Order: sequence, then C-alpha cells, then structure tokens
Amino acid sequence: MQILQLLVSGVAQGCIYGLIALGFVLIYKATETVSFAQGELMMLGAFCALALLTVLGFPFWIAVPSTIAAMGLFGLLVERAVIRPILGQPAFSIVMLTIGVSYVARGVVTMIPNLGTDTHMLPVPYNDAIARAGGLVIDIEQMVVIGVTAALCLALFALFRYTKIGIAMQASSQNQLAAYYMGIPVQRLNGLVWALAAAVAAIAGILLAPITFVHANMGLIGLKAFPAAVVGGFGSLPGAIVGGLVIGVVEAMAGFFLPEGFKDIAAYVVVLIMLMVMPNGLFGEKLRKKV
Amino acid sequence: MRFLFKTDYDQDIRLARHGGHVFWYSALMVLLVLSPWLLDEYMLAQLTMVLIYSVVGVGLMLLAGFTGQFSLGHAAFLGVGAYTQAVMTNAGIPFPVALVAAAALSAVVGVVVGLPALRVKGIYLGIATLAFGFIVEEVFARWESVTGGNAGLHVKAPAIFDWKLETATEFYFLCLAVTVLCTLAVLNLLRSPTGRAFVAIRDSEISAQSMGIHLARYKTLSFAISAAMAGLGGALYAHMIKFLSPDQFNIIQSIDLLLMVVIGGLGSVHGAFLGAIFLISMPQLISQVKDFLPAFIGQAPGLKAVIYGLVLIAFVLFEPLGIYGRWLKIRTWFSIFPFYRKGMFKRQKSFQKSDRLR
Repeated sequence: MQILQLLVSGVAQGCIYGLIALGFVLIYKATETVSFAQGELMMLGAFCALALLTVLGFPFWIAVPSTIAAMGLFGLLVERAVIRPILGQPAFSIVMLTIGVSYVARGVVTMIPNLGTDTHMLPVPYNDAIARAGGLVIDIEQMVVIGVTAALCLALFALFRYTKIGIAMQASSQNQLAAYYMGIPVQRLNGLVWALAAAVAAIAGILLAPITFVHANMGLIGLKAFPAAVVGGFGSLPGAIVGGLVIGVVEAMAGFFLPEGFKDIAAYVVVLIMLMVMPNGLFGEKLRKKV
Repeated sequence: MRFLFKTDYDQDIRLARHGGHVFWYSALMVLLVLSPWLLDEYMLAQLTMVLIYSVVGVGLMLLAGFTGQFSLGHAAFLGVGAYTQAVMTNAGIPFPVALVAAAALSAVVGVVVGLPALRVKGIYLGIATLAFGFIVEEVFARWESVTGGNAGLHVKAPAIFDWKLETATEFYFLCLAVTVLCTLAVLNLLRSPTGRAFVAIRDSEISAQSMGIHLARYKTLSFAISAAMAGLGGALYAHMIKFLSPDQFNIIQSIDLLLMVVIGGLGSVHGAFLGAIFLISMPQLISQVKDFLPAFIGQAPGLKAVIYGLVLIAFVLFEPLGIYGRWLKIRTWFSIFPFYRKGMFKRQKSFQKSDRLR
C-alpha cells in the first residue's frame, strides 16, 4: 500500500516535470534551441496567478485562464524581442540568452514589493483536501495535477493532429526550409510555439503552487525537467511526459528506499545512465548525419 | 598602421607577433609584479581573485571557446580541486604536491565526464555536465568524513614543511606564477597540432573527422586539460577563501563561469581575463550604485541577477564576440583610420547550422 502511495505522489511530481519538459521539447522542435528559462516561466505563471487571486481578488475560475493567456502573451513577447534576432546563431548563444532571461525574471520578481521576496500559499479551492480510497490517502492536489496533465496531453494531441496550425507546426519542426517554401509562416509559428510553451509552463506553475508554495526560486525545478526531456528523447512530445513520469517515480522511490541525499540526485543519475546506454532516449529517433 | 612583413613561416605561430606585443605584455607583467606595492590590501585581494578566476576561465575557454564543447558543470571541477587541495594541505603535504594532485584528480574526473561526450554532443553534453555537477555537489555535502559536509571545511595556509605562504603578497605571487604558467601553456597548446585539432572540432566535427582527427581522443583531452585548470584554480580558490562549503560549487557558480567566458569573448584567451575582471568587479560596482536606486530596487536580493542577466542578454544580442571583440573593433578603428567600415565585423548570416538529421 505504501508503494502505491509513493507511486501516486511520484506520478504527480513527474507530471510537473513532464509539463516543463514539454515546453523544452516544443521549443526545441520548433527552433532547435534549448530554453533554460522554462522553469522561470513556470515561476512567473505561479506569481501571476497569485497576484490575480490575492492582490486583485479575482475568482479562481477567471484568474487561471487569464494567467495562462498572459503568460502566452509573455512567451510571444520574449520570442519576438530576444530570440528571433539571433536565430541561426550557434545554439549556445541562445542557451546563454535564455539563461539571461531566467536571471532577469528571477531578479525582477524579487523586486515586486511585498510579493517577490516571500513564500506564499496559492489560494486554490482544492487546498489540503484529502480523499480516502481503501487504505490509500490521496491528496486532491496530486489528483488534480495528474488529471489536468492528462487533459492537457489530450488537448495538445488534438492540436497537433487535427488543427491546421498544429500540422503546420509539425511541418516546420521537421524541415523549416521546406515548410517555408510551402507558404507556412515559420517565424510567426515560432512565436506561437513560445507562447504555447509559456502557457504550458504557467499551467505547471499553477499546479505546482499548492504543493511547494510560490517563491522566486521555484523555477529551479526546471533544471530537473532536463533529465525528463532527455530520458524521453529530446525531440518527442509524448517522450517528455513519459520521461517526466519516469523521473518523478524514480525520485519518489529513491527518497524512500535509498539513504538521504539520493532523492535530490536521482534524476541526474538516471539521465547520466540514460545518456551512456541510450543517448537517443526512449522515444528518440536514431539517425545519423549524412555528409 | 602597422604592416607585418613576414619572412619566415615561424612568424605565423610566434607567440609575440611584433615589437608592440613584446612591449605591452612586458609592461603588463612589470605592473603585475609591482602591484603588491602599488595597491592596497583590498585591491590586491581582488586582483588575486581575478587571477584565480582567470586560470579557471582560460581552461574553460579552451573547452568552450576553442573546442566548442560546453560544460554546465564546471564548478564541480573547481570543487574537486578545492577540496583536494584543502584535504592535502590540512594533512601537511607540501602545497606544490597538493596543487599537482588537485589538477590531476580534476583531470581524471574530467575524463570520466568526458566519456559520455564521446557519444553525445551539443545540448546533451551540456545536460550531462549539468547532471554531473549536481551529483558532485551532493557528494561534497554528504561525504562528511572528508569534506566536512555542509558544516564546511577550514583550509590552512599553503606551506612547504616549515616555510609558509601566509601574507597576502606571497600568496599573490603564487597565483601570479600559476596564472602565467597556465596561460603560456594554453597559448603554446593552441599553436600546436593539438590546438589546431581542437579548433577544427569546434568549427565542424564532420570535416575534422574526415581530416583524420580522432574526435573522441581530442574531446576527452580537451575536457581533461580544462578540468585540470579548473582544479588548479579551485586549489588556489580554497586558499583564498580559506573556508569551503558545498554551496560554493553549485549550478550558479557553473553559470557564472560560463558567463565569464561568454562576456569576455568566446574564442580568445584575452576574453578569459577580461571576463574574470568583469566577474570580480561587477559585485563591487553593483554595491556602489545600490544606494542611488529606489529602495525596493536597490535592496532587492535579485538586483545582481537582473544586472547579470541584462548584461548577458545585451552581449549575446549586440556583441557576440564579447568584451574582447569590442576592443578589437576599437583597435581596428584606430589602426586603419579613416577606413573602418560598419560591416567589418558583421556576423555572417549563416544558414541555420542545423543539428537536425533529415
């Protein structure tokens, strides 16, 4: 029974990793760059929701969609302002750029008076609620995380499968030049992908907030989503979620069965082993460069 | 304007290209040797810190700027060097032996991390080093019998048996000697076939491979040398700070080190030094301007992060060659006055260099 309990909390945590990793993968597939700002986007989303709920006093059901919309807009803006001008430069320039963005985001949040420097509770309707099923004690928060992640995955699947814009995104992520020739507005799509990634990050932030509280450094959890993305194979959307689940469950198990300290590094050990054994990840394609 | 008339192939690889180099670097050297008597104690400590970070920076520059491999866990090597030095000098082993051991152990660790680099590249390598950095930090915190864990570890002054380097001046000269030796070693390496191989790998792995360069061997070698120099820097850092704790070697430190080489200017040894000066002087500058800002900005804990982030964004967007690139432009403007054109250093709008495989 305890194992099951651990499994549930691991899966819930893994869903968060998976959602952040989803952002990495979306951006990687579209622009072939890795965004280190994903965790900070999540943090900004949580703070945005917090500000709307507590300072402005919005009801929960309005605050959440407006947070997601605001973060989507923010992602669009970041892409337009700093990413687009240097597309085509070595990938590392963009990595450094996103590190810069994440520094700025983290610093600016601490400058908001009365809000930025403290740790906050996000007042969600399902706070601290507990459900009992058999011998199992389940936090409603965790169930919400799992449920929302599943719903989001379905929505994204539908987006990429059935809508014109999703198919265009897929096309441009496979071959930008060919997509451009087919009349797909590649640059505008890249902006949309950033918006989508930021929106997903905002959802992750709102989901994570009741579990770990809202504070300026909560974005550092984004660094654990890298292993998730790698385990799943960096270019695969379902892989990101599966990778997140793997990391989350391994972490929960390591925290229980192994000595203290292993919980924090379990994700990194997994990713190192993965890189040595299966560098392409679980869902990655194995391709070689032709000259 | 200076015209170089080359009469010998050796002139192409000479360390000092012309009389100007000899003069200015000698002047810099004289100034550095005299600085303990020219600067007050605080400034001397800052200068020592710059030298220490320069050693690490030159090593990272070799890896990132010349071999094109990025390490997001370089603080781990710094930490391995620092803890090795601390444990060995505390045990009474003469410091030169400890320094060599620190460098060697870091190099071995570098090879171990370099091994995944043989199979992965680009961002995967970054993530592998990132993961490794986290693991090493945790090891520092948990291996309490050696590292003292989170409680920290005090470091004694460097000593050979009874002769101790206790004053700031003596330690400064030790750092200066190590820095000069490391810089000369790297400069020499870069003009040797090995250095050329590194640059070839940076520019194109595939063409380097077709020219007969053993990718795995050279990448690992680059990792090892870079890690060894980070270890050396770490060993000096341990004596400078005199107190080690695991959180000095976390991801923030790793990113600071990368920031140093990127802002200094990737692909130039000068850049490592300029970046080190930037990294050390920035906190001082920030604390200077703090008082002139409104309280909620000036007193915010994130002020430093915001400034670092903005500077980093500005450099990547507007001056990708870093501080050294800016200096090159200014120098060129003067040396070919009035013929400087706006586009002389323009980045070529390259085709997106794709890692995609189809």
